[in-house]
Amino acid sequence: MLIAREVTKEYQSGDQTIVVLRDVSFTIPQGAFVAIVGPSGSGKTTLLGLLAGLDTPTRGTVVLDESDLGRLNENQRARLRGEKVGFVFQTFQLIPTLTALENVQVPLELRGTPGATERARDLIARVGLGARGHHFPTQLSGGEQQRVAIARAFANSPKILFADEPTGNLDAATGGRIFELLQSLNSDGGSTIILVTHDATLASRASRTIRLLDGAVVEDTERPAAVAV
Amino acid sequence: MGPARGIWSLAWRESRNARRRLLLYMSSISLGVAALVAIDSFSSNIIQSVKEQSRAMMGGDLTFNSSKPLTPKVDSLIDSLSRGGIEFARVTTFPSMAVAPRTAGTRFAQVRGVTGNYPLYGTIVTEPAGRWSELHKGANAIVDPSLLTTLNARVGDVLRLGFGTFTIIGTVKDAPGAAGIAEVFGPRIYIPARYVAETQLLVFGSTADRSVVAKLPPRVDPDKFIGPLRHRLQNEQVRVRTVTQTEMSTADAIENLTSFIGIVGLVALLLGGIGVASGVRAFVARKIDTVAVLRCLGASSGQVMAIYVTQAAAMGLLGAAAGAALGVGVQFLLPNLITGFVPVDIDVTLVPAAVLTGLAIGGWIALIFALRPLLALRNVSPLQTLRRDTDSNVLRMRWTDSPRLIVDLALVSSVVAIALMRARTPEQAFWMSAATGAAILALSLSAALLSWAARRGLRSGWPYVVRQGVANLYRPGNQTRAVTLALGFGAFLVSTLYLVQKNVLRQFSTAAAASVGNVVFFDVQQDQSAGVDSIIRGGGHGVIQTAPVVTMRIASINGRSVTDMRPVRRGEPGRARWALRREFRSTFRDKPAASEKVTAGKWFGPAALRPGPGIGEISLESGISEELNVKVGDTITWNVQGVEIPTRITSFRLVTWTRFEPNFFVVFAPPVLEAAPRQYLVLAQVRDPSAVVLLQRAVVNRFPNVSSLDLTSIKRAVDRIVGRASLAIRFMALFSFAVAIPVLFSAVSATRRARVREGVLLKTLGATRGQIARILLAEYSLLGVLGGLTGMLLSIAGGWGVVRYVFKVPFTPAIAPIMGIAAAIISLTLLIGLLAGRDVFRETPIAALRDS
Repeated sequence: MLIAREVTKEYQSGDQTIVVLRDVSFTIPQGAFVAIVGPSGSGKTTLLGLLAGLDTPTRGTVVLDESDLGRLNENQRARLRGEKVGFVFQTFQLIPTLTALENVQVPLELRGTPGATERARDLIARVGLGARGHHFPTQLSGGEQQRVAIARAFANSPKILFADEPTGNLDAATGGRIFELLQSLNSDGGSTIILVTHDATLASRASRTIRLLDGAVVEDTERPAAVAV
Repeated sequence: MGPARGIWSLAWRESRNARRRLLLYMSSISLGVAALVAIDSFSSNIIQSVKEQSRAMMGGDLTFNSSKPLTPKVDSLIDSLSRGGIEFARVTTFPSMAVAPRTAGTRFAQVRGVTGNYPLYGTIVTEPAGRWSELHKGANAIVDPSLLTTLNARVGDVLRLGFGTFTIIGTVKDAPGAAGIAEVFGPRIYIPARYVAETQLLVFGSTADRSVVAKLPPRVDPDKFIGPLRHRLQNEQVRVRTVTQTEMSTADAIENLTSFIGIVGLVALLLGGIGVASGVRAFVARKIDTVAVLRCLGASSGQVMAIYVTQAAAMGLLGAAAGAALGVGVQFLLPNLITGFVPVDIDVTLVPAAVLTGLAIGGWIALIFALRPLLALRNVSPLQTLRRDTDSNVLRMRWTDSPRLIVDLALVSSVVAIALMRARTPEQAFWMSAATGAAILALSLSAALLSWAARRGLRSGWPYVVRQGVANLYRPGNQTRAVTLALGFGAFLVSTLYLVQKNVLRQFSTAAAASVGNVVFFDVQQDQSAGVDSIIRGGGHGVIQTAPVVTMRIASINGRSVTDMRPVRRGEPGRARWALRREFRSTFRDKPAASEKVTAGKWFGPAALRPGPGIGEISLESGISEELNVKVGDTITWNVQGVEIPTRITSFRLVTWTRFEPNFFVVFAPPVLEAAPRQYLVLAQVRDPSAVVLLQRAVVNRFPNVSSLDLTSIKRAVDRIVGRASLAIRFMALFSFAVAIPVLFSAVSATRRARVREGVLLKTLGATRGQIARILLAEYSLLGVLGGLTGMLLSIAGGWGVVRYVFKVPFTPAIAPIMGIAAAIISLTLLIGLLAGRDVFRETPIAALRDS
């Protein structure tokens, strides 16, 4: 479960205060597939950063799986991310000096999980890259890199997965396949998925859509039917 | 698998592409480590060799020596000791002119009259072999081979020494304690002790050293043995020296020799540290994205630090290891360079302690300097994965950041601690650290000034490329400080070494050139002085100076007897033992010589020059006045051949000893010593070099006891040594320059990525190769000029300090050569800057666009 309560984020620019998010509140139950949509500058990415504990709100609280992120320090939040959160980014963010397999191993090794290599190999196989585990990111196509990133995001069986424009750098067909992969991981493993996107078609396939405009929630729609897709 | 192992393997894998680069940055410290390891290992080798050979060098466990014949009391003491089972051998050393009648060759030489059992330790190897045992069978002589060369003589020839006649039965092939430098003052001639008298050279006041060497039973400590006897012997004017003292003083001399080089090595290491810091800064900038991802994936800041500190430490250790290996290589080469400086055969072996110390110091310096930029990685927010800020913003640290302050403190205290460990005195360590700190501060200030001036001075009317280049000096993430530091410090080090070398060695060359006399005659008896004078003048040569010499000792200072004083060791505050106890060979004259200058008090006035009642006046050489801890106005009573003569110090003189003229610690006003028995030193000027030998022969034929020294040959020998020393220092300067190169590369690479990205972007927007080159040229030439000039100014200050306070000689800045060094540094900067720019030209715009 992920709860946002009156989350506000402000930046100081000179003597001006810029409000990026204002009083954003919602509750996302475990296992949901939520799309956060809105035009550029509406505060989507800022919200994602706050929900994932990458940043702290100016006011308001974020509770992630019963932990109030505001009460944790940076290292405690890091531990929480390591245990419960997965990330998928628009620019993939694979570590260039590590092979695909090693990239997937990173979260496991940071926690000292036994059998990291086997688990990573299994995950790489599940995203369809079983034969390419020893390739470096630069040797993979964009779609393949994103699949590695997804495998890495699921390495710790996260309770919640944040995806920031995961298909933004991919063509429509590849993007579609990535989305399906996310969906299947959502329905198989029960992970909550929070997807930030511009893409209205993609957003329409989520079970719930939260629309932002100028830092405020202007629409929050559930589409129970979509879960069946 | 625990988290620690996970971190280790992650650190290893993650470093995959960066290892080579990181190692390059770390190589900045390699040369510094090499210098430390080489110097430490080599001096340890020398000291070990001295330990092993010191008995042979001294010829025994103990020596007693005196410049006078030993008194009956000393002789009876030796007799009673030898009855107790201690073996003694005697050596009487004195100068003489050696004449080979067959060839008419003459040469100044050192004669050693030895008893049959000499040496007590070690052996003297002769050519032909086995002649040493023949020495005592008659009036035989065994000589250094160089004597035969100059006399044009051969084994079997007759050799005249004073009034004695000897047969040369062999040459010395190898003798314990043979030092190259001693031979400058004349080749050695060994003769049996019982024939010394036949030479009739040991007359009143002549220069001679009588020593007795003793061999103690095994397991008797020479210092403990001599302890109770020391005082009795000293009262008889006998100096006592034990083998441990010899070892210690040789070790001291070696440390003096190596400490200067060691300090240069240490400063090179610090310069390397700066290189490491700027290199790691570049490395850190490349790692921001990776760290942000790691943070997203749950890595704590501690884990992030662990990964990169592990990498840096491993590479730092590798850099230090490469340096240590190089140092060992140099260590094995060094003996070839310094033969002749050291009185022992050096046994070169690996010194694990020196290698480990070098590794530890080098590894630590690399780590601590790397730690500072690495700390910035703690602050990389996982948010950077979503929104990437500029490198400099991400890596910015607050002044008050406590880990940063701790690292800074550790850095400063490590430098001070290492300086304390390496320097000979805490004072030296303090000045060294202070000078380094001041240099870094001055360079940072001038970098800040340059940034400020660039921002203020930039004019919109300037061509675009110049504006762009100048703006690079102050824009966020600029390299002004890093490059100025590396450059300026390099320039500072190289120029300081150059200035020190120039100033110190100039003392020798100019002084030697200034002296007019080139042949000195000594041991001239009172009744011979007129004769020697007429021989010189008769040959058409000039007499530059005839100085009377009176031997004496100090009886009391300010009324307090020397025997009641508590003398100190040389260099400690108080009255130095060697100066209180030595035999002074003083002169008297009414005017100061050309080679001396009164620095305190006044030269003898008319009253002092008139005979009359009252206390006599003396002038002291300023160095000896420090050793004796006296001031102008103090009184010294001298024991001149048993007569006590009270005197007052009325002036101090600065003496240019290197002018090869008769110079004296103490000069008396003439009336005081006119009645004292004396000898003369005569300095002659012989313009034609070939006439020198003829003059020497003419004098020795008439006065066999008078020795003479051809100063030209000594000058030549000194020049050779000075030449070697200057070569060594030039090598050190070149070495520092070599250190500066990787450091400069590291400094430039810190912003290389930003320059390349920017250059490619400009190229995409239509900039030509020439324009981009000019932008880089504008930036790097300003950096080069600033770094070079600041370093130059600093080196003048540093050079002045070292020359004035360490070497105690006057300082003149050699502006032109250090301008040359500055120019070389500037060119080097430009070259490295343009090399960095090469990547801009190599990369296609499309690749850069795809990359960003």
